[in-house]
Amino acid sequence: MPSTPLDTRYQIETPEGIDLPLRPAGLVPRVLAFAFDLLARGVIMGVLMVPLALLGNVGLGLGALLLFLVSWWYMVLFEVLNQGCSPGKQVMGLRVVQDDGTPVGWSASLIRNLLRFVDMLPFGYFLGAISCLQHPHFKRLGDLAAGTLVVYRERPLPRPQIPQAAALRLPFALDLNEQRAILGFAERQGELSAERVHELAAILAPSLQVSPARAAQQLNGVARGLLGPT
Amino acid sequence: MKQSLFESRHQRQWQAFAEQLNRLEQGTAKASDVADFPHQYRRLCQHLALAQERGYSSYLVDPLQQLALRGHQQLYRHRSQLGASVLGFVLAGFPRLVREQWRFVAVASVLFFGSLLGIALLVYLFPELIYSIISPQQVAEMQDMYDPDASRLGRAAERASSEDWMMFGYYVMHNIGIAFQTFAAGLLFGLGSVFFLIFNGLIIGAVSGHLTEIGYGQTFWSFVIGHGAFELTAIALAGAAGLQLGWALISPGRLTRGESLRLAAHKSVQLLCGVMVFLLFAAFIEAYWSSTTVIAAWVKYLVGAVLWLLVAAYLVFAGRTQHAPE
Repeated sequence: MPSTPLDTRYQIETPEGIDLPLRPAGLVPRVLAFAFDLLARGVIMGVLMVPLALLGNVGLGLGALLLFLVSWWYMVLFEVLNQGCSPGKQVMGLRVVQDDGTPVGWSASLIRNLLRFVDMLPFGYFLGAISCLQHPHFKRLGDLAAGTLVVYRERPLPRPQIPQAAALRLPFALDLNEQRAILGFAERQGELSAERVHELAAILAPSLQVSPARAAQQLNGVARGLLGPT
Repeated sequence: MKQSLFESRHQRQWQAFAEQLNRLEQGTAKASDVADFPHQYRRLCQHLALAQERGYSSYLVDPLQQLALRGHQQLYRHRSQLGASVLGFVLAGFPRLVREQWRFVAVASVLFFGSLLGIALLVYLFPELIYSIISPQQVAEMQDMYDPDASRLGRAAERASSEDWMMFGYYVMHNIGIAFQTFAAGLLFGLGSVFFLIFNGLIIGAVSGHLTEIGYGQTFWSFVIGHGAFELTAIALAGAAGLQLGWALISPGRLTRGESLRLAAHKSVQLLCGVMVFLLFAAFIEAYWSSTTVIAAWVKYLVGAVLWLLVAAYLVFAGRTQHAPE
């Protein structure tokens, strides 16, 4: 059996017939996000409890309501009203979405956060961690029941400059993967050391029929040619 | 077409689309701004497909993919059945749901009320049994609360309204927390819900049996009968919702276990929303009605009986007609 490359991306097909990749987040960033949320909740309770304690019985009643809200509704409210991000997820660059990539709704968010109680059993998120580690898309039990997914939020990508070179056309045709590989080589050159650039380009030197020293320059020219006049 | 030409030709459209997305995500979009949003989104999808098909560089494809993903998030949503119509749900949807799930409701009620009444009878007949269920210290506290001779008539003592308010907060937190636990634990193949149903049934039953046996029945029963109608029913219904989750895992039928669990969860969370309404109601009655002592006991029994009948009638009859208010 040919082994498939290790890839945790999760493809959703939209009604428009295109595939959108989501990148599910693993256990560690999720634990950190939860720790941050826990801390934030502690601070909220601590800060609000002081003035409430001064109010006497009314304050105690309000405090109990507040404790209820913070312990059961904090996550739900943030996830539904803030594009799927609780503050901890925001900090870690995560968000919750439904399995089909749509924003998480009230009922799904309520399910996944109520079932957190089971994920925490028997102690310290034991069941949740096991479920998260063995699932191909890192779902804990609450996610399984609610049909939700914790993914990385997409970040805007800065566009790299392609090195200057005279545009070239190769005497033979390139297929799509070869085109993308050459464009990728030209675009990522800024991130690589000069030696590595040379080493990679030298692999193609025989096919390009140039000396290994000139291969990188040649490839940049081909990339320019593929991009077209700017 | 070369990549640069493609890019320069459509760059402006993509920027306009990104600005529209920003406004939508911040919630500042006006209806007139976004009238052509679906059209723009589909055009972007077409551009993305073209860019992928023509082997353009990933620094062009990836931003387009991000835009498409953000557009997809804005355009497609699940209809939330919860917020759709609160009134319709309360008047017809919830009792219908309860009747639809009558098997789970029946099992949960038998477990909860059965253990409650059974242990109450046992404790009444064999009084020392109470100490094997509840610690002596807690028993003493309970006795203090409902002692008819004490000046403080249980939690039902003469209280300032601020104290009512405090107890309201406490009941909401405590009772809804128990209901949530009873529901969530159902994910463990239903065993957790069974445990919490029996556990709560035993505690409540033991206390009521004990207090009746030592002659504090009047203060206790007149206190609990009113809100019990809502509170006890709600706990049983939360257990039913949990059992439903567990049963979806035990017997998924023709679906996969994951799929069956997902469907059951969406049903049972609706049941749980009804439970929350019940418990808010119960906390209100418990804090403001059950605790008053100026009203004669027989009036409280009467009102309590009416409330029980109301709850039963609501669950059995509401929403039966086709033209129930939706």
